[in-house]
Amino acid sequence: MAHPLHDAVRGSLDNCVKCTICETYCPVSAATPLFPGPKYVGPQAERFRGEGPSPDDSLTWCSSCGICTHVCPQGVKIAEINSIAKAEMAAERGIPLRDRLIARPTLAGRLGAPVAPLANRLARNRLVRAAVERAVGVHRRAALPTWAGRTFQSRTRLRRQPPGRPGERPAVVYFHGCAANYYETHTAEMAVRVLEMQGLDVIVPRQGCCGLPLQSNGLYPAARHYVRRLAGSLAPYARAGHDIVSTSTSCGLMLKREAREILDMEDDDDLRAVSGRMYDICEYLALMHERGELRTDLLTPLDMEVPYHAPCQLRGHGVGTPAMDLMRLIPGLRPRQVDAVCCGVAGTYGLKREKYDVAMAVGEPVFGQVRESGAELSVCDSETCRWHIAEATGVPSVHPVAMLHRSYGLG
Amino acid sequence: MGCDVLVIGGGATGLGVVRDAAMRGWSAVLVERVDLGQGTTGRFHGLLHSGGRYVVSDPRSATECAEENAILRRIAADAVEDTGGLFVTTPADDPAYADRFLAGCAEHGVAAEEVPVAEALRREPRLNPAISRAFEVADASIDSWTLLWGNARSAREHGARILPYHWVTGVLRDGDRVAGVTAQDNRGHREVRIEAGFTINAAGVWAGQLADMAGCPGVTVVPGKGIMIAMNHRLVGTVINRCELPGDGDILVPIHTVCVIGTTDVKAPTPDDLSIARDQVQEMLDAGEVLVPGFRESRALHAWSGSRPLFTDERADGAQDTRHMSRGLALVDHLERDGVEGFLTITGGKLTTYRLMAETVVDAMGEQLGDPRPCRTAAEPLPGSEDGRPYWLGSRLRRQEEVMPDDQLICECELMQRSRLEAAAASRPGLNLDDVRRVLRLGMGPCQGGFCTYRAAGVLHAIGDADGPRADELLLQFLHHRWLGIEPILAGRGMRQACIDDWIFQGALDVEHLPVTPPA
Ligand SMILES: Cc1cc2nc3c(=O)[nH]c(=O)nc-3n(C[C@H](O)[C@H](O)[C@H](O)COP(=O)(O)OP(=O)(O)OC[C@H]3O[C@@H](n4cnc5c(N)ncnc54)[C@H](O)[C@@H]3O)c2cc1C
Ligand code: SF4
Ligand code: SF4
Ligand code: SF4
Repeated sequence: MAHPLHDAVRGSLDNCVKCTICETYCPVSAATPLFPGPKYVGPQAERFRGEGPSPDDSLTWCSSCGICTHVCPQGVKIAEINSIAKAEMAAERGIPLRDRLIARPTLAGRLGAPVAPLANRLARNRLVRAAVERAVGVHRRAALPTWAGRTFQSRTRLRRQPPGRPGERPAVVYFHGCAANYYETHTAEMAVRVLEMQGLDVIVPRQGCCGLPLQSNGLYPAARHYVRRLAGSLAPYARAGHDIVSTSTSCGLMLKREAREILDMEDDDDLRAVSGRMYDICEYLALMHERGELRTDLLTPLDMEVPYHAPCQLRGHGVGTPAMDLMRLIPGLRPRQVDAVCCGVAGTYGLKREKYDVAMAVGEPVFGQVRESGAELSVCDSETCRWHIAEATGVPSVHPVAMLHRSYGLG
Repeated sequence: MGCDVLVIGGGATGLGVVRDAAMRGWSAVLVERVDLGQGTTGRFHGLLHSGGRYVVSDPRSATECAEENAILRRIAADAVEDTGGLFVTTPADDPAYADRFLAGCAEHGVAAEEVPVAEALRREPRLNPAISRAFEVADASIDSWTLLWGNARSAREHGARILPYHWVTGVLRDGDRVAGVTAQDNRGHREVRIEAGFTINAAGVWAGQLADMAGCPGVTVVPGKGIMIAMNHRLVGTVINRCELPGDGDILVPIHTVCVIGTTDVKAPTPDDLSIARDQVQEMLDAGEVLVPGFRESRALHAWSGSRPLFTDERADGAQDTRHMSRGLALVDHLERDGVEGFLTITGGKLTTYRLMAETVVDAMGEQLGDPRPCRTAAEPLPGSEDGRPYWLGSRLRRQEEVMPDDQLICECELMQRSRLEAAAASRPGLNLDDVRRVLRLGMGPCQGGFCTYRAAGVLHAIGDADGPRADELLLQFLHHRWLGIEPILAGRGMRQACIDDWIFQGALDVEHLPVTPPA
């Protein structure tokens, strides 16, 4: 596993001065005494790791939310150290079937989509969920998405343009990710409409999974394979000068940065081309607004207050909270940012039987504020967080583009 | 107090001797002027030699090392980590030496095998990619304190008494016979007289002083001082040696959580001189750079020095350049040499050969007493090593994992739990924090005591082992000692750490104004 980048990650432990700031911000160690915290499992435990698996199982409680890396004042790549150690542990010990399954949303998506009504009914059935929990370890109360009958890809054939030959209008590429393809197709539809509202043509190339769930479950070689394939299908567009926007905070981040850093794919030319053109959709729209290109004139009032949760992965983008900036442009809308760092689900973490309670405890401050707001819905950029928050609070949760979509009077 | 055998010196050699004598059925006592392992044994480089280093320059030592290496892996497994070792020819080395090395290994019983450079680099990716040849040997790293405590426990189980903080001030003579010693008990603040049928001088680099006290002048033990620097984490997992005649800074030893570059070799004015010259610090960092490019940019943690006991008998040979003096063990028979009975000196050697040194001197004693008894130390494992499983890097983390979160961590970096500190205090009331460091690695991690010193002092106070002033004194004393090893290497990230530590102790705790006199 040794290569220059791994070195840069491991070597960063030398920066640690033990200040403990990371520990005070880690949402998991705040929620459970079972997790000794980022300073401990990161720069400290790493010094005890050599050849062979890491001896500290408690490492697996880290949800990979990445907050520690962002707050460390000394530049220790704490979350990355943890991810690599978890991956080596997984490679050594074998990865449970459950993790292999939830790490492949395309698989579940493809299996469920053709039989969506049945699959959805089964997924809501208590006995089925209890059996699933026993058999594969997905917690019975963990939020699962609802399969859409037809995938977004299959509905959107018309938008498939070759790169570099846009029509009269400038064109952007939409990277929808798995969630919007199989489950939240409405989010994808809304994103496309909102982009088109700005006078952009939207291209939706064929695209697979970004490999993030594989990576966070320690399946690095498979994750690299996915990244390579996806970057391969997006790169021609990037090279032809199209920007790529994504409604998935985490999958977008994967292509922007994480695959290069954590999976050590700095040398992949396709990926580098894609990374350079990758935007989170709110980031993209907020930038358009800065350039005076956003159609604010068409926004109609929405008289409501909505709680907004900025997902952990958004921090990785390093763009602030563009969703808040956009929602503030909507007359009458009063977005209120939730004062808590993490909803607890962290991708697939909160699905796991043994992690579910911890994930719920981590998210409690978020849930409490959403419930107390009395709002009819809450807003969050990341899909798994939305499902988790909605399940925990009973309040529906939508992507920020849904608010723009509404305000534009698109339905 | 009386005994059959009195051993002077609580280093590896002395502990090896007292255990060996006790196992052979003699009643034995050991006296050490400070704590066990506070001499060269606690200040060495950490290498269990394969013998490869000496195959050309000092073949007898090479063979001794190879044989003892195999024995210690069996009897002291708990102290040994099987890192393996590599000898590599760097661009700075004479390429012709490699073949002499291989021939020497074959001739002197040191196992060595050439490995392709690519294989060596795969195993140690940070190694200088410009190396031209690589040889695998049976080097390992060894924790001298674990080794000491194992010997001490075993010796006690065989009835020996071990007396730290007993400083020998005089050697008793009964005509032509040495009859024991007088010692200052620095814990009880009194003088004790220990009578012995036989006295063994295992005072390492101080052995000449003890021989003088016994009236046997001219035993010259030259202090060959060397400095070493521990880096913040392991840059290599295998012991790396330059494939060259022994020189300065040519070995990098991974041990516990750190790796240690060393060492220099200069004649020190006295055995007690522990100063660290700045140019030698730079020399070591440069030497590290030859083995691992980028070494200088890595964080250095701590520097220290120790002095090799290099024996010359003034009657036989004159003083020489310390680098080229033999590393072989030296048994001085004072009956034959000085006509003094009941007194033997064992010095020189290496930590790797401590057991052989003990066997040699105890055999000689048996012969002089006309009572030869067989040595069993090569076969019988030390307590804690019965299962023969070597120590591994992750074992402390594994142990912590088992007690978390119930046992408070006092030293976070080196994973020392409160329960272990309390147990240490219970078994040795009145210990100081440096004693705790040697037993439990307190303060040896990246913060160098910044976060654990005040916790440990607080715990000793809380459990009633130290009253207020004593706790303050422990704190200051420990900080003072740590600082001596940090100060010479202060730069970069180590500097940042020192600043935050300083802020804690000066800014938050105002230790300077504690009502005790800080150590000079
Ligand atoms: C820089 C350096 C690096 C080394 N690296 C290695 C290595 O990697 N591998 C290896 O095998 N060897 C190594 N060695 C050699 C090895 O450390 C020594 O040979 C070995 O530790 C000597 O042990 P000892 O017990 O003979 O001496 P010591 O450990 O010095 O023990 C002598 C003891 O006698 C005590 N004493 C002195 N005077 C009195 C008195 N008046 N009354 C009571 N007690 C007294 C001292 O306090 C001391 O504890 C290294 C040595 C040095 C200097
Ligand atoms: S990645 Fe998140 S859960 Fe893991 S240690 Fe860092 S802050 Fe804690
Ligand atoms: S925040 Fe950074 S420097 Fe501070 S303890 Fe954590 S890893 Fe170390
Ligand atoms: S970082 Fe610290 S350990 Fe270290 S020496 Fe530390 S508490 Fe002890």
